[in-house]
Amino acid sequence: MVCAGKTDEVYPVMVRYLLKRLILMIPMLLGITIISFVVIHLTPGEPGVIEAEMNPKVTKEVRERIRAYYGLDKPLHIQYYMWLKRIVKLDFGISFASDRRPVIEKIKERIPITVSINLISMLLIFIIGIPIGIYCAKHKDTTIDKALTAFVFAGYAAPTFWLALLLMMFFGVYLEWLPISGLKSFNFNEMSFFEKIMDVAGHLILPIFISAFGGLAGISRYMKSSLLEVLRQEYIITAYAKGLPEDVVLKKHALRNALLPVITIIGLSVPGLIGGSVIFESIFSIPGMGQLFYMSVMARDYPTIMGILVIGAFLTLLGNLLSDILYAVADPRIRIG
Amino acid sequence: MTVKHFISITILLFFCLFCTKSKDPHFYDERGTPAYGDTIITASIGEPSNLIPILATDSPSHEVASFIYNGLVKYDKNLRIVGNLAESWEVSKDNLTITFKLRRDVKWHDGVPFTAHDVMFTYKLITDPKTPTAYAGDFLLVKEARVIDDYTFRITYSKPFAPGLISWSTAILPKHLLEGKDITNSPLSRKPVGTGPYKFYEWIPGERVVLTANGEYFEGRPYINRYIMRVIPDSATMFLELKRYGIDMMGLTPIQAVRQTDYPAFKREFNKFRYLSFGYVYLGYNLKHPFFKDKRVRQAISYAINKKEIIDGILLGQGVEADGPYKPDMWAYNGNVKKYPYDRQKAKALLSEAGFKMGQDNILYKGGIPFEFTILVNQGNDVRIKCAELIQKRLSEIGIKVKIRVIEWASFINEFIDKRDFEAVILGWSIPHDPDIFDIWHSSKQGKKELNFISFENKEVDELLVKARHTLDIEERKRCYFRIQEILAEEQPYTFLFVPYANVAIHKRFKGIEPAPAGIMYDFIKWYVPEKQMRYIQ
Repeated sequence: MVCAGKTDEVYPVMVRYLLKRLILMIPMLLGITIISFVVIHLTPGEPGVIEAEMNPKVTKEVRERIRAYYGLDKPLHIQYYMWLKRIVKLDFGISFASDRRPVIEKIKERIPITVSINLISMLLIFIIGIPIGIYCAKHKDTTIDKALTAFVFAGYAAPTFWLALLLMMFFGVYLEWLPISGLKSFNFNEMSFFEKIMDVAGHLILPIFISAFGGLAGISRYMKSSLLEVLRQEYIITAYAKGLPEDVVLKKHALRNALLPVITIIGLSVPGLIGGSVIFESIFSIPGMGQLFYMSVMARDYPTIMGILVIGAFLTLLGNLLSDILYAVADPRIRIG
Repeated sequence: MTVKHFISITILLFFCLFCTKSKDPHFYDERGTPAYGDTIITASIGEPSNLIPILATDSPSHEVASFIYNGLVKYDKNLRIVGNLAESWEVSKDNLTITFKLRRDVKWHDGVPFTAHDVMFTYKLITDPKTPTAYAGDFLLVKEARVIDDYTFRITYSKPFAPGLISWSTAILPKHLLEGKDITNSPLSRKPVGTGPYKFYEWIPGERVVLTANGEYFEGRPYINRYIMRVIPDSATMFLELKRYGIDMMGLTPIQAVRQTDYPAFKREFNKFRYLSFGYVYLGYNLKHPFFKDKRVRQAISYAINKKEIIDGILLGQGVEADGPYKPDMWAYNGNVKKYPYDRQKAKALLSEAGFKMGQDNILYKGGIPFEFTILVNQGNDVRIKCAELIQKRLSEIGIKVKIRVIEWASFINEFIDKRDFEAVILGWSIPHDPDIFDIWHSSKQGKKELNFISFENKEVDELLVKARHTLDIEERKRCYFRIQEILAEEQPYTFLFVPYANVAIHKRFKGIEPAPAGIMYDFIKWYVPEKQMRYIQ
């Protein structure tokens, strides 16, 4: 164990540890890409022709021509090598979808939308979920605890599409209060600044509510069980015994320890930031990453699929690292691995 | 808040709810006079991919492109070929050469005049091996293409080719913007320049494509000022948007058309149009299968299937029985062929004639083998899955045991159709506007990835298909296709099930829409909104 006080000794250890972790990420990433590359190429169907399957106008010669154009006539390991050669230069390639745009451009166009929606809803989940968890732990087995539990689980259990459609019907079609889908009204460009903000906010209310509602259960339950765990510890009893007020016991002694598992969740949510749910995005017509990934898979658009997977894998590894670091910050006992 | 308060507020709320909806119910009935203006908003499940049509295989791209580009010829409302960019054309006596006279008053959206060189350029581009297009097939048959002068273009085929003329309805691309550039990398993919009735305005990725009317369009300026296609990937959402007036036009499923739009508020705001869609659904047999080799077995199954029940039960009446590969309102359609009305006795008689005997377990046997087979259906197509279930039930009544297997589309094609590893399938074909069905029925088209996957072989059909393909005489072609339909009806290589109706809801303020065999979009530029009823300014 290293004493937490001697920072000048801790930092070199930390830096070396970080470097080691970062270098270890390279073979991991390589492994992930090999497996994903092989798996997506094993799925039946090929890009370019999949939409034209069973189309009488697409003759055999044309098919061969398109395969050669995409380099699909070469053996798989050569295709992988070609892809790898590009990706190390951070060139994600050109999409195989018929728009033939650079993959990176397609991703760039969608990431801000997905990330901002996910950030807002994650923020909401933490802001609402953590207090719920704390409250439930503090007032265990009361009626309010049970009601809150039922509420968060209802959000977890209700199918997104069903709840979304019901809310759209109620607030959109019957009350005509909120827009049904999309991110902006079609006359957005003619609006004043204030109207624009109101317009986007109106469009975002339902999607963000739906995505946050489903996430409350996880975080509040984690919070509750880990706080209960901590409250059973002897040092809490000691704290109470020496006459500290409940507030101080809870905030200063219990919460800090109870937050550890929650930090793991923050780390693990980092890759989730760029991932979007297909169902959710389709229902609200939000042009986000989930839809892009789904459409790329359906069209067997290999470069786009690989691009998204690589970014996702990288963020997952980074998120793990981040949660380890946050751990160290929160808990001195874990500072060296 | 007391209970009393709560109740009164609720009542008030409901009251407001109904108040806001009351409107003059006949407001949109006035036909008015044609006027320029307003916007039509349509929606699409998928986003267009590429607005250079020869590079795109998805329907949203072609839909948007159809407003931006023109071909040399097009179909009119009754599916007859008429000139578009071509004023007229002449076919040589030997049927090998077509000479197009082009219109002289056509300009590209950027003001450059359109000439025969653009046509030549488009032809060269499509047939260039470096162009990744799926549509080169018809154009590779051209032996020679020549620009006679700026407004005359001539092509020569090595054999007369009947679908040749209509293949020139392909979108003509601007030479001055594309020549010498890499077509796959052209900005025109996302900012097209054409000759059509609408000009490209903007494309917000994942959200919408906006077009505006081309004031100098050679057939006259379109009345509707703007066309917007919104991308709404979920069909339930799309339907809610329609009810909320977020979109003006949408294709309806049978249940939406018959039940979910059948209320006064909807009828007050929307017109529904119906026309036969260009497609049919069939039960196809693997003709290499020992039982299905026998024509009588296939006929028996056709007798045992109740097509009317399928149409009424699954399509809610939104379809007509199919008895051949064409739809009834096409010139090539022959209604006078052998029909297979639902008749269980006839089916049983045919099967016993073919040597099947009823076993103890109520299943037919021939040579000790029970009559069992599997129908493959592709995932995600509910109508076809339900069809399979009804067929399963009907066939079990005459002693045939049917299993149903639902498979994802790509593996359906690659693992089962391409490997000929199936007994029967339920699939659909889209019906081409030109009746040439060579690729589906000719015995030479049985190779891997070719479309005669049921292994249909009939000498007479082969000859007729070739003959019909290589004559330009419409009466001669008609005779050939009529005979082909008689043979197909007799042979029943497929049991043709139904041709579905297309149902479209369009907001009532749009006038001048007339359903025809070609659908409703053929004269879109003549649709209009009377000035008083316009919704969107600009």
